[in-house]
Amino acid sequence: MPDTTRRRPLGHLVRRILPLAGLTLLVSACSLVQIDNPQNAWDPRGPIAERLDGLFWMVFWIAVGVFVVVQGAILFAVVKFRDRPGRAMPKQVHGNAKLEITWTLIPALILAAVAVPTVRGVFDLTRCDSGALKVNITGHQWWFEYDYPDYGITTANVMVIPVDTPVCASMTSEDVIHSFWVPALNGKRYLIPGQTTVLPLEASEPGEYWAQCGEFCGLSHALMRARVVALPPEEFDAWVADQQTYPAEPEPGTPAFEGLQIFQQRGCAACHGVNYGPDSEFTNLIAPEAFNGPDLTKFATRDVFAGAYLPRDGETRKEALAAWLANPPDVKPGSFMPNLGLTQEEIDKLIEWLETLK
Amino acid sequence: MTATAERPTTIFRRPKATTGIWSWITTVDHKRIGIMYGYTAFVFFIIGGIEALLIRIQLAQPNMEFLTAAEYNALFTTHAVTMIFLFVMPVSAAFVNYLLPLMIGARDVAFPRLNALSYWIFLFGGIFIYSAIFFSDVTAPVGAQGVPGNLDPSDQTFLGGIPSGGWFLYQPNAGPVFSPGRAIDFAVIGIQILGVASLIASVNFIVTIFNMRARGMRLLRMPVMVWMTLVVQFLLLFSLPIIAVALFMVMFDRQFGTLFFDATAGGDPILWQHLFWLFGHPEVYVLILPAMGIVSEVLPVFSKKPLFGYPAVVFAGAGIGFLGFGVWAHHMFASGITEVAQAAFGLATMTIAIPTGIKIFNWLGTMWGGKIRFTTPMLFAIGFVAMFVIGGLSGVTHAVVPSDWQQTDTYWIVAHFHYVLFGGAVFAIFGGLYYWFPKLTGRMMNEKLGKLHFWVMFIGFNLTFAPMHWLGLQGMVRRTWQYPEGLNLGPWNLASTIGAFIIAASILIFMYNWIRSKRHGEPSGLDPWDARTIEWTIPNPTPEYNFAKPPVIRSLDDFWHRKYTVDEEGRAVRRPDADELIARLDEEGRNPTEPIHLPNPSYFPIIAAAGLPIIGYGIIFHTSVTGKFLIAFGALLTIAALLGWGMEPLEEEHTETGLATAEAH
Repeated sequence: MPDTTRRRPLGHLVRRILPLAGLTLLVSACSLVQIDNPQNAWDPRGPIAERLDGLFWMVFWIAVGVFVVVQGAILFAVVKFRDRPGRAMPKQVHGNAKLEITWTLIPALILAAVAVPTVRGVFDLTRCDSGALKVNITGHQWWFEYDYPDYGITTANVMVIPVDTPVCASMTSEDVIHSFWVPALNGKRYLIPGQTTVLPLEASEPGEYWAQCGEFCGLSHALMRARVVALPPEEFDAWVADQQTYPAEPEPGTPAFEGLQIFQQRGCAACHGVNYGPDSEFTNLIAPEAFNGPDLTKFATRDVFAGAYLPRDGETRKEALAAWLANPPDVKPGSFMPNLGLTQEEIDKLIEWLETLK
Repeated sequence: MTATAERPTTIFRRPKATTGIWSWITTVDHKRIGIMYGYTAFVFFIIGGIEALLIRIQLAQPNMEFLTAAEYNALFTTHAVTMIFLFVMPVSAAFVNYLLPLMIGARDVAFPRLNALSYWIFLFGGIFIYSAIFFSDVTAPVGAQGVPGNLDPSDQTFLGGIPSGGWFLYQPNAGPVFSPGRAIDFAVIGIQILGVASLIASVNFIVTIFNMRARGMRLLRMPVMVWMTLVVQFLLLFSLPIIAVALFMVMFDRQFGTLFFDATAGGDPILWQHLFWLFGHPEVYVLILPAMGIVSEVLPVFSKKPLFGYPAVVFAGAGIGFLGFGVWAHHMFASGITEVAQAAFGLATMTIAIPTGIKIFNWLGTMWGGKIRFTTPMLFAIGFVAMFVIGGLSGVTHAVVPSDWQQTDTYWIVAHFHYVLFGGAVFAIFGGLYYWFPKLTGRMMNEKLGKLHFWVMFIGFNLTFAPMHWLGLQGMVRRTWQYPEGLNLGPWNLASTIGAFIIAASILIFMYNWIRSKRHGEPSGLDPWDARTIEWTIPNPTPEYNFAKPPVIRSLDDFWHRKYTVDEEGRAVRRPDADELIARLDEEGRNPTEPIHLPNPSYFPIIAAAGLPIIGYGIIFHTSVTGKFLIAFGALLTIAALLGWGMEPLEEEHTETGLATAEAH
């Protein structure tokens, strides 16, 4: 049989290459995970995200197993059964009931095995634990607002949480559907106008985790980002205490004071709240039901602004603020903060004032 | 009694042109309609492909400014609408139109004029959607409580008037408050119009399959391609009314002040998602099942074996169709639905893997032990199976609900459905084009170029879409105009963009091959592939009358069994008279012995179809007098055309094309 002598070396080659290829795949798959990235679902930093990650890798490796078997079989078939000179006509096999039952049952059993942890995960992870720290998240085009009802804190873009503490985000939207996604801590959950959804979060180590809106929400959806900062408990307490204080009023005659006046006179105060305390004449509170931009009371304590989009890569905070105040819609398409035609001098003074808000 | 005395007025006479533009406009020949479907869909494929390239350029590196956000959002919306509604669906319709009657031994579909109507509605619907470029307006976004957003002048572009709410049109973002202006209306009404075309076609094809089969073509003797077509038409029949209702609700919200999806007035934006995906998920199977049908035809031919487990493949297809209606909420696992709903839809989604697996294993079983010829169609079919396995496996990960909370709305999903719809559907479609090209032209496509096309596309495809898997889980959300440098997603995005251009190059190779082969391809003869099914028992290119005499079917793969028998070991043995049979079939197929009555062409399908987009424009501009006039005019035009259609004489002039063509030969 000339066929077999020709076939054997190839079979050997395939048998030698396959494990090698498998190993290469495995190594490259692993190296791909290892990138420095604060928004990486493969780099979980809390018990919930770890559990999702575990479920992912469970199904991933099962899929890899199926992949290797099926693709291996395809490769084997196309090599072994390829038409060669002298190859006889094949037997006309129409099917095989035993095989049909086998390849119906085996996937069914595998899926049943996958189903158990899936369903358990769904029931364990959909709701918040009672006693979790409550944070209300409101979605706006294109930024997230955070309220801590237990502490009376309202902030934006940067959400601060204590480590090793269950947090319950209770979420809604003021306009369209958004989706809050901080991959290091949990998967996505919608923010829906007129409804409330909950998203449990927990970080097991301190750090700054990047978040983003996951559902298309209009023109600047791509720029609707956020940060979640997890702090050790004592630092979190300090942060809470600090956020509960009012910023110092700027001294009259300083550039910061003029900045505050510009804020009041140029229409900024129509959307942005600033709380200098109940007795201050500069206090400007926006009614909860009114259209509002981020509350600026503690603006200077937040590293990022404009939906955590600014400062952009390679930009200082000051440059970013100047560009933003000069022409918001140019920086962020569709921005609801209009171009007020501020002069460079006005912008400088506004920045001076904004940096006093801490 | 003479014929002239009975003849009705001129407009009710059937058109007579057999060549030239009028013959195409008035044709009711399923083959010509199929060809028109195919070319139109291919033009949209090129448009959608260019949109994809623009998207990929924008995403090649972090913080790119190649496109504005408005342009990007418009492009990902139209890319999806184009590829789904204007390419994969109609190109499948092209295959079905051309091949269904040939595969069941019929001379045409059950309702030839309805068939023409479907095509013209599809064409006008597609043009309608893209006409947004001319008839729409560029508007700044509007936020909560009607507060206007601001557009920098640099964001005003020629693409601004194109719909940009995503093909999924999620409410309330694509509703009247947050997407004012007319752009979204073109998508809403355009998709509605396209739905009418598909709905009409589905009824037509179902009736055709049930009533027009040749003698002996029992249901379980039908080619799998026909079976998959049947399943798809039922999917369309049951799912299109859902999206029709949902689109009407959006249209009424946007045009006439209803509040179905307005949360501030007690409406429910999530209801839209349920309705959309209740259509949208069966739609996925509408896109993939015809491809599975093509592959189920190609694999046996080039393995020289019958399809392994034919009934299992058929029932698995039907099973996928049934299950496809019960999994829609897996698109909404992040929407906050209850645990029970998540678990139920997760489990239902897993079950889809079982019939899908059955198909894959049976295709494998078909190749196993065969005598595999690596022709271009076969390469594409094997490529389909291999790529579809990947798409199917990543699909199973969505069923693991908690894991899907991470995956949903990321590039992981983009990777998944491109493996299914591109690695799957599009590979099969190209395989089908190479396979049935001789039926259209009587010539073969160039095999060398075909194989080059396959390998270039295969490499380009994987380079484009494989990296999207990890990009997604490393934090790249979908529909993202830009991504920041800090995520380190640049290198793989660049690879993906390069891959997209490699795909584009492969398409150019295909187009060159197609155009060249039409003229200079080698004559194919009657049975170039040693095929199994009865569409290959008639001459190439297919005569206008298809079958010179109605075929009689004795078994599944009837043609094969006329050419082959089996020896005592069960191996196929070519009958000594097989070549003689082929020569005889070719001869007989070209020379009908009796007059053949073919359906007469008609003016009315195109006129009836033309009314629909006119009504569409009227609704969009309904506040103006012109708009009201357009609604009335469009409605009258369609009604008048349907009346004319009804009064058109059916039997006025027998086109005895068979004899005429035979004489011409």
